Amino acid sequence: MLKDSVGIVQTKYFTFENLVLENGQSLQQVTIAYETYGTLNEKKNNAILITHAFTGDAHCAGYHEGDKKPGWWDTMIGPGKAFDTNKYFVIASNVLGGCAGTTGPASKNPATGIEYGTDFPAITISDMVKAQKKLVEFFGIEKLFSVAGGSMGGMQVLQWTMDYPEFIYSAIPIAATLRSTPQQIAFNEVGRQSIMGDVAWKKGHYYGGNEPDKGLAVARMLGHITYMSDYSMQKKFPVKSPEPNENFDFNADFEVEEYLRYRGSSFVKRFDANSYLYLSKAIDYFDVQKDNFLPEEKHLDIKFLVISFKSDWLYPPYQSENIVKYIKMKNQEVTYCNIYSTYGHDAFLLEVKDETRLVSNFLDKLYNEVFGSEK
Amino acid sequence: MKNKNILLSHLKIAGIVTEKAKVLDLGCGDGDLMYLLEQNKKVNAQGVEISEDAIYKCVEKGLCVMHSDIDGALDSYLDNTFDFVILSDSLQQVKRIDEVLKQCLRISKNVIVSFPNFAHISLRFNLFFGGRAPVTKCLPSKWNDTPNIRFLSIKDFEIFCKERNYKIIEKAFITNSKYCHILPNLFAQQAIFVITK
Repeated sequence: MLKDSVGIVQTKYFTFENLVLENGQSLQQVTIAYETYGTLNEKKNNAILITHAFTGDAHCAGYHEGDKKPGWWDTMIGPGKAFDTNKYFVIASNVLGGCAGTTGPASKNPATGIEYGTDFPAITISDMVKAQKKLVEFFGIEKLFSVAGGSMGGMQVLQWTMDYPEFIYSAIPIAATLRSTPQQIAFNEVGRQSIMGDVAWKKGHYYGGNEPDKGLAVARMLGHITYMSDYSMQKKFPVKSPEPNENFDFNADFEVEEYLRYRGSSFVKRFDANSYLYLSKAIDYFDVQKDNFLPEEKHLDIKFLVISFKSDWLYPPYQSENIVKYIKMKNQEVTYCNIYSTYGHDAFLLEVKDETRLVSNFLDKLYNEVFGSEK
Repeated sequence: MKNKNILLSHLKIAGIVTEKAKVLDLGCGDGDLMYLLEQNKKVNAQGVEISEDAIYKCVEKGLCVMHSDIDGALDSYLDNTFDFVILSDSLQQVKRIDEVLKQCLRISKNVIVSFPNFAHISLRFNLFFGGRAPVTKCLPSKWNDTPNIRFLSIKDFEIFCKERNYKIIEKAFITNSKYCHILPNLFAQQAIFVITK
């Protein structure tokens, strides 16, 4: 095992009763899948919550027993890394409505004993954050040192600053936006139509039978395109023009077609189609700008690090600049960097070196402020 | 290497800025001035910088900095947010000078500008006898790769302020890393002004 890895980790589960949702409905029982890395200090003030993107999960660092691939943000979390587990206690959880251990549409409804399917209530980013707060409180934490995440994870970060501003010292929204734009909603809608148009979907009650794999795979293919960039696709798939021949049959002639098909078919093995529908809707509904982002509070004091990527056309830099603008209006401290990258939206998972320079120095400064006087 | 006049201008600015003031540094570069102000005057400083490399250097110093051009960074601030807005060696690189200074004076009580004097005797000499765009120790870039887009003199700036009714409340001039007191428009290489409405 590498010495900068958190090593072998396990997903754990936390269950609580009765979560009242934003739309007024409630969930009788909620289970949250989570992982933690590092050690919670005595004062319980060194905890950082990592929030995941659309199709992520709680496993963001280290290795599960027997796995060759580490968690999805292992490059950023570990001893001496950006989120330094020698200093911080890192918590990651699977979002409400997800399908990697946390209660979602594929979970069994305790009232009926069968899967919720589309009887699952509509959930929002705010509901996800509410559930995360229960988990954080379960550890006895009264204030998070930081909340950080990219894409939908960035939306959760922003929601934390809206809903529980007194509960966090700092916030790191990456490749995020204050509200979903028509273009973002449009892509999500095509994904949803693809799933709902699959005959196997059966209005969401497909569990135990054939699942809408074809529809979900196509949704994922479309998603993947939006996560890359024109340049990164050209780099990844240098065009080799295939010769037309008599066996022409609409097979994957180009590398990019093959790649997307592979991505689509491997995705359906790990992701639930209904979760895709619910989570994409939660993203679409996200809008903290309408509430005039950041609460009107006299003692509001959150340090922000906002990061965007130059080639990200799904969550373009201007949307992060807009976040910065609102933070400035509320007189909060903010550091912002638009990182030069050609990877598109995926950059938040790939531009490790630059992100590390920003995140580790930003957190270090805060660490000295918070813990400096205690030493 | 940093021009020595700039180092002295930083010290001068640190002398002007008051303890614990709220400061916005426009075109803060690597953050040397903000760092000096935070250390010496315990200010609350926020920087604006266009170069990504410089952003990392600022963050490494523990500074608060925003990746943006100066023109686009000002309109969202509320009136009188700051005690001092500083344009240290960046005024000559600003596109919309009038608009930027107007915004600076809206969001801050005081605006400190520091810029190279393009009417310094060596530049006049260079241009007059050499017949070429001046290149000096203080202004080392040739015409084709200079970041400067405004070439102003001390006299120009004073007339500019007078025309707009901006009050000059303090000024200082520097030559060869010493203060210059005689005929600044001819002999000063660097000028520092504090202006207010």
